[in-house]
Amino acid sequence: MSNESEIIVTQNSEMHIHRDDEASKIGMWLFLFTELLLFGGMFILYAAYRFMFSDAFSIASIRLDRIIGSVNTIILLTSSLTVVLSITALKRNQKKFAIFLLLFTMICGLLFLVNKYFEWSAKIQHGIYPKGPEMANLPDGEVMFYGLYYVMTGLHGLHVLVGLIFFTFILIFVLKNKITSENIQKFENSGLYWHLVDIIWIFLFPLFYLIHAY
Amino acid sequence: MENNKSHTGASLNYGLYISVWLGLIALTMTTVALSGMNFASLTVPIAIAIAVAKSVMVAGYFMHVKFDSKIFKIFIAVCIVIFLTMIVLTFFDLTFRTDIK
Repeated sequence: MSNESEIIVTQNSEMHIHRDDEASKIGMWLFLFTELLLFGGMFILYAAYRFMFSDAFSIASIRLDRIIGSVNTIILLTSSLTVVLSITALKRNQKKFAIFLLLFTMICGLLFLVNKYFEWSAKIQHGIYPKGPEMANLPDGEVMFYGLYYVMTGLHGLHVLVGLIFFTFILIFVLKNKITSENIQKFENSGLYWHLVDIIWIFLFPLFYLIHAY
Repeated sequence: MENNKSHTGASLNYGLYISVWLGLIALTMTTVALSGMNFASLTVPIAIAIAVAKSVMVAGYFMHVKFDSKIFKIFIAVCIVIFLTMIVLTFFDLTFRTDIK
């Protein structure tokens, strides 16, 4: 008798925890495509204005700090590695290592934003910001460049912040054993989001910091 | 090798991800080094090509597209085709306009 009821309980709990990880992943990817097209629109705007004001764009991009840009690129690439390692560690049931790697990822994300803060502050101190004193003296093309720079890196920074909020929840779930190796799709989806933010930066970095003409 | 694959197909091999990361860092250093050189009209295409290569590595390995079912690759291809169509149409407009520049 007791055995029978146990079976019923197991069956019920199995029905209760029924999940479709593949569907969840497809849903996440569909969301990522809307993100891609959101940034895509701005990349098209960038391409169009670069075509119209190619000289001004080259001159303006020399004034951006290539070292901060490069450091931030390496920070973001490293954080992408540590998040995928963290997911792998959790799948291998190495919970402590997974938590360490996730915390490391979040520190990388914070460092990225701190660097962004210093970078923007330096520009703002020089009067280069929308409607700033220095902007009035710049030609139209350079004003467009800095406008796009603030909008695109700003929106990207916002995405880094959202990713950090996702990871804070994931960290709590992992600590409380609500996310384990058997139930990891939420973590995987947050990881996908983080990698997409990384890919967007992979394009923003050369387009704003590196492409100069001579 | 069986142990290197999880039920979702993604690799559980730390070394693989670390080598991809090393490749990404190497490409970043390459693109920064190249930005100091003058390739005239090739400057932009070279930078974009390196960025595309890096994105393929991130999507393929870190986002597991390489290990996922085919439907994800089809989705991504459709998304990229839509984006490229928009770029091409925009540039048709820009190139043949006479009232700008």
